[in-house]
Amino acid sequence: MSDPIIKIQNMNKWFGDFQVLKNINLEVEANKKIVVCGPSGSGKSTLIRCINRLEEHQEGDIIVDGNELSEKTKDIEKIRAEVGMVFQQFNLFPHLSILDNCTLAPIWVKKMPKKEAQELALDQLKKVQIDDQANKFPGQLSGGQQQRCAIARALCMQPKIMLFDEPTSALDPEMIKEVLDAMVSLAKGGMTMIVVTHEMGFAKEVADEVIFMDEGMIIEKADTKEFFANPKSDRTKLFLSQIL
Amino acid sequence: MQTINFLKPNRDNIKNYSIIGSFLVLVSLIDVISNAFLKINLTSFLPGSLTTLFPLIIGLIGLNMMRIDYSGHKTLDLLNKNINTNNFNAFLTLVILFSIIKALPQSLSWMIFDATISGDSKDACTGTGACWTYIKVWFRRFMYGMYPNEFHWRINTAFILVIALGFVGYFMKENLKKYLALYYVIIYPVIAYLVIYYLISGGSFGLQWVETGAWGGLSLTFIVSFFCLIFCFPLGMIFALGRRSNLPVIKYISICYIEFWRGVPLITVLFMSSVMFPMFLPEDFFMDKLVRVIIAITLFEAAYCAEVIRGGLQSLPRGQYDAAKSLGMGYWKMHIFVILPQALKLVIPGIANTFLALVKDTPLIFVVGLAELAGMLALAKTNPKWLGFAMEGYIFASIVFWIICYAMSKYSYNLEAKYKTER
Repeated sequence: MSDPIIKIQNMNKWFGDFQVLKNINLEVEANKKIVVCGPSGSGKSTLIRCINRLEEHQEGDIIVDGNELSEKTKDIEKIRAEVGMVFQQFNLFPHLSILDNCTLAPIWVKKMPKKEAQELALDQLKKVQIDDQANKFPGQLSGGQQQRCAIARALCMQPKIMLFDEPTSALDPEMIKEVLDAMVSLAKGGMTMIVVTHEMGFAKEVADEVIFMDEGMIIEKADTKEFFANPKSDRTKLFLSQIL
Repeated sequence: MQTINFLKPNRDNIKNYSIIGSFLVLVSLIDVISNAFLKINLTSFLPGSLTTLFPLIIGLIGLNMMRIDYSGHKTLDLLNKNINTNNFNAFLTLVILFSIIKALPQSLSWMIFDATISGDSKDACTGTGACWTYIKVWFRRFMYGMYPNEFHWRINTAFILVIALGFVGYFMKENLKKYLALYYVIIYPVIAYLVIYYLISGGSFGLQWVETGAWGGLSLTFIVSFFCLIFCFPLGMIFALGRRSNLPVIKYISICYIEFWRGVPLITVLFMSSVMFPMFLPEDFFMDKLVRVIIAITLFEAAYCAEVIRGGLQSLPRGQYDAAKSLGMGYWKMHIFVILPQALKLVIPGIANTFLALVKDTPLIFVVGLAELAGMLALAKTNPKWLGFAMEGYIFASIVFWIICYAMSKYSYNLEAKYKTER
C-alpha cells in the first residue's frame, strides 16, 4: 500500500464556539475517488475547504502530499497550486474571458509562457467541450458551461488532487449531466478526487469509497458497493432512504 | 369630484378633448409669455388676484382634459406619463414652466441684451446689464494668475506636453501594456512634475524663475487638481487594502490614518501645512508652499478614496477570493489580477464623486494665499478700479467649474460603460 496523499489525523475545527468538525480521521491514497455525502450543515464543505486551507483548523494534523498544513506553512500557495478546487457557485472571474480565466494562474503562478498556457487551456477546454466558447465572458455562458470552465480552469494548474464542493447543486437538472460527464471522464483519467455531492448515481459510478458525515463527524466510511448495499449505522440508512 | 369627472376623456373622444385641452394650455402660456416679455396683461379685465391665477387655472383645466391612461397617440402618452400623471404633477409642471418664462426676460437681458463687452475699463459699463468687459480685461489674470504675461506660453506648452504624455497609454504597444499602471502611477507624475518644474517655474535653460506665489488662476486649479488626483488614488488604494489586512499593525495604522484625515476639516489641514508644518522642519530645509498644499490635499483626499475603494472591495463575493486562493495565487497576485480589476470597476462612480469634490475644493487654497480661479475672483472684486462686479465673476467661475466637472463626470460614465461586464 502506497503512502496516502492526504492524511488527516484527529482534526477539530471551530467557528467561534461552534464545533463544525469533530475528530476527523481520513486517509486518501493517490488516484482514489472519494465521495463525501451527508445532510447540509454536516461539515462536508468545511472539511474539503480545510484540505487546501481556505479554512484553518484548530487541532490535529492535515498532511497534503507530504506537507503539513498549519500556521507555520510558509508556501501555502504552492500546496494550493497542487490542489484544484471547483466551487458550487463556479466563482469564475467575470472580468476575464473564458480563456483568460484558464491561463491566468498558469501564467502568473506557474510562470508558464503565455503561448504554452493558452495551448494547455484550449486543450483542457476541449476536454470539457467548451473550447468554442473560449473568447466569451463567464456572464455569457450557461451555468453548466461555467461549471465545466471552472473544472478546466482548475485542471490547467495540473493539480495532483481535485476537490469538488457540491459542483452540481447550483445547476438546473438538465445541466447537471454535462458537468457530471466531465467529472466522470476526469475520474477515468486517474485523478485523485474528493467530491462533496448529493449525486448518488455519480458516487455509484466512479467512487472508490463513500464517506457519510453528520454533525461534524464521519459517521461511516466504506467501499462504495458496501456503503449502498449494506449501510451500517441507522443514520446512514435514514439518509439513504431519503435521498435514493 | 363629479364636476371634474365630466371633463375626463375616454379613448373615443380623446381627440376632441386633447384639442380643447391643448388650446387651453396654449392660452395660459400666451398669457404668461405676453406678460413676461411684452409686459401686457391680457386678462386685466379680471379682478386683481384672479388675473395672476388665471393662466394657472386655465392650464390646469387644459391638462386635466388631456389626461388619459393610454391613448395610443405617442406624443400625448409621453406628455401624460412624464409631466401630467395627476393634478399635483400638472400643477408643478405649470408652476415651474411659468417661473422659467417669467424669469427668462430679465436674466436674458441682463446677461446678453443689456450687457457690455466692449471697451477695456469700468467706464465702458454704463448699461443696466452685466459687465463682461470686466471678465475680458481680467481674463488673463483669471487663467494665469499673477504669472508674467510674456511667459504665458510656458504654461500653455507645459499643459500641452502633460496632456500629450497622458495619452501615451493609448498608443502603448500590446507587450508594454502590463507596465501601464507603473507608467501612470510613478513615471507619468514624475515626468509631469519635471515638465511643470522646468517650464513653469523655470530657473534653468535660460528661462526666468517665476516663484509659485505668482502662479494662479485656472492654471493653478489644474496643477493642484492634477497632482492631487494622480497621487490620492494609489495612496487611497493602499490604505483601502491596509484596512482589510489581517496584519494588525498595518490594519490599525490604516484605520488611524483614514479616521484622522476624515475627521479634520480641509481648511485646517491647509493652514497646518502652510503655517505649522514649516516650524517642525529643520531650518535649512525648504519646501515650497504649493508643494506642501498639494501634499496636504492629497493625503486628505486619499482617506476618502480609501473608503470608497474599500466599499468596492467589500462588495465582491467571497467566492472570488476563494477561487483565486485555490489557484495558488498569493495576496498580491490575487489582488492585482482578480480583486482590484473588479473592485475598481465598481467604484468608478464613487471615485468620480470624490474627484469632483476635490476639484471643487481647490478654491480653499486661497486661505493660504494661493489664488486659483476663485481666489483670483476674490482679489479682482476688491480691486478699487473694478468694484461691484462680483456677480459677473462668480457666474464666469461657475460656468468654468461646471464645464470641468461635467467633462469629468461624462468621462466617468464612459469608463463605466467601457468596463461593464455581466456577472
